[in-house]
Amino acid sequence: MQEQGHNKMTPVSALRTCRVETDLLIIGGGTAGCFAALTFCKHSKGSVLIAEKADIRRSGCLAAGVNALNAYIAPGKAPQSYVDYARADAEGIVRGDLLLTMSEGLNEAAAELERLGLVILKDAGGGYAMRGERNVKINGENIKPLLAEAVRRHPQIRVLNHVNVTDLTLRDGAVRGAAAIDVRQPVFYEIAARAVLCATGGASGLYRPNNPGFSRHKMWYPPFNTGAGYAMGIRAGAEMTSLEMRFVALRCKGTIAPTGTLAQGVGARQVNARGEVYEGRYGLSTSQRLLGTVTENAEGRGPCCLRTAGITKGQSDDLLRAYLNMAPSQTLRWVESGRTPDVADVPIEGTEPYIVGGHTAAGYWVSTARETTLPGLYAAGDAAGGCPQKYVTGACVEGAIAARAAARALAETAGQQGGAETAPPAQSALAEAEGFLRRGQSGEQTDALEEEMQSVMDEYAGGIGQGYQCHAEGLAEADGKIRALEARAGGLGAADMQGLTWIYELRDRLTLCRSLIAHLAARRETRWPGFVRRADYPAKDDAFLLYVNSRMQGGEVSILHRPLVGEAETYEH
Amino acid sequence: MSIEVDRAACTGCGRCADICPGSLLALDESGAAFIARPERCWGCASCVKECAAQAIALYLGEDIGGLGGRLTVRRDGPLLHWAVRLAGGETKVITVDGRDANRY
Ligand SMILES: Cc1cc2nc3c(=O)[nH]c(=O)nc-3n(C[C@H](O)[C@H](O)[C@H](O)COP(=O)(O)OP(=O)(O)OC[C@H]3O[C@@H](n4cnc5c(N)ncnc54)[C@H](O)[C@@H]3O)c2cc1C
Ligand code: SF4
Ligand code: SF4
Repeated sequence: MQEQGHNKMTPVSALRTCRVETDLLIIGGGTAGCFAALTFCKHSKGSVLIAEKADIRRSGCLAAGVNALNAYIAPGKAPQSYVDYARADAEGIVRGDLLLTMSEGLNEAAAELERLGLVILKDAGGGYAMRGERNVKINGENIKPLLAEAVRRHPQIRVLNHVNVTDLTLRDGAVRGAAAIDVRQPVFYEIAARAVLCATGGASGLYRPNNPGFSRHKMWYPPFNTGAGYAMGIRAGAEMTSLEMRFVALRCKGTIAPTGTLAQGVGARQVNARGEVYEGRYGLSTSQRLLGTVTENAEGRGPCCLRTAGITKGQSDDLLRAYLNMAPSQTLRWVESGRTPDVADVPIEGTEPYIVGGHTAAGYWVSTARETTLPGLYAAGDAAGGCPQKYVTGACVEGAIAARAAARALAETAGQQGGAETAPPAQSALAEAEGFLRRGQSGEQTDALEEEMQSVMDEYAGGIGQGYQCHAEGLAEADGKIRALEARAGGLGAADMQGLTWIYELRDRLTLCRSLIAHLAARRETRWPGFVRRADYPAKDDAFLLYVNSRMQGGEVSILHRPLVGEAETYEH
Repeated sequence: MSIEVDRAACTGCGRCADICPGSLLALDESGAAFIARPERCWGCASCVKECAAQAIALYLGEDIGGLGGRLTVRRDGPLLHWAVRLAGGETKVITVDGRDANRY
């Protein structure tokens, strides 16, 4: 069941309140959210509501399509092999319990995606054709429409498209719903739920991007995943983990298109301006491959490229098609410049840092069942921490694990008062939204504050401009400046729902920046030099073989250290 | 990086406005689609694929070395016929069959 609004934008001053009730509320109808909804219905007769800020047919990371399923256990390999790989890649800072429970479900998630209609390349024996040890080749152009169609057909699931969740609502410390705004209509939503899953993805746009001018949103991670899910949890006092493990991607220069297809698909090596292959010199972990490129550039041997020149015309044509299925801008670049990959190497660069729990371990601190420290709130996919290298299939598995846990919890509390009676009030959220609207148009100002935030983070909290380096004094400076921006953001105004949404996006990014800065300051070592280097603590220090976690209380971020959790454990809060 | 709408070709169906993951498109008073803030576009081409009238084209901003080419697509069952119209007027078509997986 799906609801559509009309498309005209109208100036707004007051909001109509719409109350909605459900058993399970899923915030964010992306990969994890859609898969969770479908899984929940296999285990419960309860109702599901997906609140999605865009349209689930093309929202989040999968909007443009993807090129492969990056997480799959090859025949003859055990799930533990994936755990070992992800742990080594993250220099030990992972949750063994989360990685193992995810790895055990990867192949079933791939099979389910195939049942939904995803085209997966087969080998001669009829099994999935592997790209390396962990990737399965697909046609991922329509992966999101396929998931959305399965959701649309399910009678238990209701989708509210174009509804942006702004805050969680709590009663007696437990999450019991959320407040939201329609991004096009003047409507405020008060959603009451017996369980809530946060599946809002990760956060882009905290740092000054590669292309800060007109193409500022031509970034790798979706500019519309603004860290809202982290921020609403942080404000409600949820514990977060490993935010300092930022993700910096190695991407095609200009278009910021993925490079894995070139590196793994046609075996393109990283070469510097002198034509030397440098990738082996720095190590082959995700962070080291990036570090290599950054260092070669910093030491004057850039620009760096992936060596594709010399591949066949046939390979080049296949690449042009492959990129149309996931990053059409790269194919456009190749065609309009005439510098197709068979005739010219592909220039590469590191992106600005993102917070993305599907690639690194940053995100909500969750139990093995993916419940956060706020009772009643689960997290999955890029929003959930501790479990890097999830990618599409891993996000699906986490959604499924959280959905099963929510179904169990709802079965246990069945018959108890639910829904509307226990819906906590969301008046303060409504008052805040109407406050922004009463002040009227100030779109320029929202943009200006966003740019200022990105400059502060770039300069003082280890952005591209600083070669991803930071130090204690700079981070303290960043914290002060972000606090000042938070105060100014409170006085912004909007004339329509889209302007209001953009204010919330800025607010959420600022909230996340505060916590991120505290995490960066707390890890006084350099563990993933490609992702972040502490200029004042340039070496790895195994006293920091632990999780840096945080909680916001009374507007202040407090840091906790927690010991590593292995795969033999079942972790409960 | 952004998109532009060919107002003459737009039928005003509104599908692009529904699909954009950033809700960046809307219909103006005359019922044609427009993008008020082109610099907020991610370049995902969702709207390009959604528009049955091929009224939306993707282009690369000059700040990232765009050369004026325009990318549109025509859907024909499982086939996507992508067309790059070069600044000089020449058009190159690349067809992708949705039933084929990527080789790489
Ligand atoms: C460009 C790109 C290419 C990738 N390629 C591959 C690949 O080839 N293979 C692979 O395996 N993995 C790939 N990945 C990784 C993979 O796509 C992600 O890890 C995974 O899809 C994350 O799923 P998610 O559900 O956590 O996030 P998403 O799928 O992004 O879902 C988050 C959803 O929440 C919504 N949302 C956000 N905030 C709010 C709010 N406040 N209120 C309501 N809704 C909200 C968003 O609109 C979105 O729909 C790629 C990622 C990107 C960005
Ligand atoms: S989808 Fe195409 S025809 Fe329909 S409103 Fe948008 S631009 Fe116009
Ligand atoms: S390309 Fe994507 S982000 Fe840009 S306007 Fe179209 S749908 Fe929106």
